[in-house]
Amino acid sequence: MKRGLILLTFAILAGGLLLIPALLDFGVPAFSDMDDYFLSNGQEQTAANNIVTAVVFDYRGFDTLGESVVLFTAVVGVGLMFRRMLKEEEYEDE
Amino acid sequence: MRMSKLVRTGADLLYPFALIFGLYIILHGHLTPGGGFQGGAVVATGAAIVIVAWAYEDVAGMIRKVTMKAQESAGLLLFIGAAALALGLGYAFFYNVLANSGSLFGLSVPFGPNPGELNTAGVIPIMNIAVGIEVWGGLTVILLYLLSGLNKKEEGS
Repeated sequence: MKRGLILLTFAILAGGLLLIPALLDFGVPAFSDMDDYFLSNGQEQTAANNIVTAVVFDYRGFDTLGESVVLFTAVVGVGLMFRRMLKEEEYEDE
Repeated sequence: MRMSKLVRTGADLLYPFALIFGLYIILHGHLTPGGGFQGGAVVATGAAIVIVAWAYEDVAGMIRKVTMKAQESAGLLLFIGAAALALGLGYAFFYNVLANSGSLFGLSVPFGPNPGELNTAGVIPIMNIAVGIEVWGGLTVILLYLLSGLNKKEEGS
């Protein structure tokens, strides 16, 4: 009974998830002004041939800064956790 | 816990190539697919091969945590510094001041497909190098911490 309920819920959720892309037209991406802007002006404004890098490091620089800070925070967290574990032997090497 | 001699020799042979390939991806980030994050991850993978093949105690003297932590902080500071360079010159934060300026990384590119020139794209290569240094140091520090704990656990059991 409980197992069947779980399977039913899972089937409904998976079906709902698959229904959304099935209703969209295939091969017709959402129209956006920004990609045309990047393609036509990116090389002139940033002088970078790789438009993806131009978007990531120039137009959307704040996102990349946040990404770097997230990585930095992750490393600081790992360092804090493991420093306590390895404190006895290795504290002098740090 | 060391692996066999074949694995260790293979890791020693692979390490410089992984290093050079990662640095190539970082430096050509504004021309080819890839960039700072991907190139830094490749370099850290090279370090991971060596750390897994040898025991942690063998590589602890060569790939040091202090160096890698300093490298990570320096990368983040260089990234913020390259972004704040525009503030000092009177532009908005993250403005690409060096692009098309004729100085360092300052050449222009024509519109459309072209072979590309390394000396272009302004502050984007500098930010790529900064992020590459940061990811290299950060991922290597995480690997060193995780694998040092692993080896100690196996010795104790």
